[in-house]
Amino acid sequence: MTKLGQWLCGLALLGSAWAALALAPPGLQPPAPLRQALLPLPVYLLVAFGCYSLATVGYRLATFNDCEEAAAELQEHIRAARADLQRRGLRL
Amino acid sequence: MAARGPERVSVLLPTYNERDNLPLVVWLLARTFSDSGIDFEIIIIDDGSPDGTQEVAQQLEKIYGSDKIVRKLFLFPSGTAYIHGMKYATGNFIVIMDADLSHHVRMDFMYCGKQKEGNFDIVSGTRYKGNGGVYGWDLKRKLISRGANFLTQVLLRPGASDLTGSFRLYRKEVLQKLMEKCVSKGYVFQMEMIVRARQLGYTIGEVPISFVDRVYGESKLGGNEIVSFLKGLLTLFATT
Repeated sequence: MTKLGQWLCGLALLGSAWAALALAPPGLQPPAPLRQALLPLPVYLLVAFGCYSLATVGYRLATFNDCEEAAAELQEHIRAARADLQRRGLRL
Repeated sequence: MAARGPERVSVLLPTYNERDNLPLVVWLLARTFSDSGIDFEIIIIDDGSPDGTQEVAQQLEKIYGSDKIVRKLFLFPSGTAYIHGMKYATGNFIVIMDADLSHHVRMDFMYCGKQKEGNFDIVSGTRYKGNGGVYGWDLKRKLISRGANFLTQVLLRPGASDLTGSFRLYRKEVLQKLMEKCVSKGYVFQMEMIVRARQLGYTIGEVPISFVDRVYGESKLGGNEIVSFLKGLLTLFATT
């Protein structure tokens, strides 16, 4: 199954469970406090995911390594390379 | 497990206007390989560069020998240089990387270290884990990179931390198999390779790499790239 397929299945499952409980006709309704929590649940989850995304990307951005030493090492290597290649007959 | 013959690494280097970087990359590769005692060859696939890249490649062939430097001229649509280059590869491992010095050459680490350690089918360089990272990127570029990667992880759950990186080592048969199955180009091609590899059950090891922004030459990240990345990501999401 494709990733899209998995997402659609998952959403369909959760969506129907939520609809069954939150939008049930009177008589089959779960107790009032539960209903009150259930109705806005999808929006809450969306907002929670949004916050999680921002926090995660923010954290990863902040901890993105700056490879100072790799850059310096590269400059060293370039110097050595140019010298050696010129010695071996490369016309730069 | 098939018996292992003597091992050789073929490096595929697609080039376009890399006359300044090419000799440096080749020198670094040659030195790293000989320091580690690994047999190698470098296949330079040039896209008809007008800046003299081919002449430089010719000189390099004279210096290092034609069993070590293989030159191919091929006018190709982006992303298919590897298919062409692979036909001439005589190694049993293939490394793909950029010829513009953005990939800091630590071949011994990738090959000897990681691949041997886990007998992986693919070893992928990652900028996002361990002491991997970048140099010369401003905040905006880092943000786009992390944001795009986050989106990719959420949508594709690929099991690898850096999907758009292009510094990787593959077993030759694995690369051939994946090439047959992959249809995208550019960044998305790199992503698709990993996703398909997962599907086919190949093992992937990761090694931290440093991506040093262009020493010479210009960089290629613009609005168009972002749009095509998103299109490609959504295509992969819907089809794999």
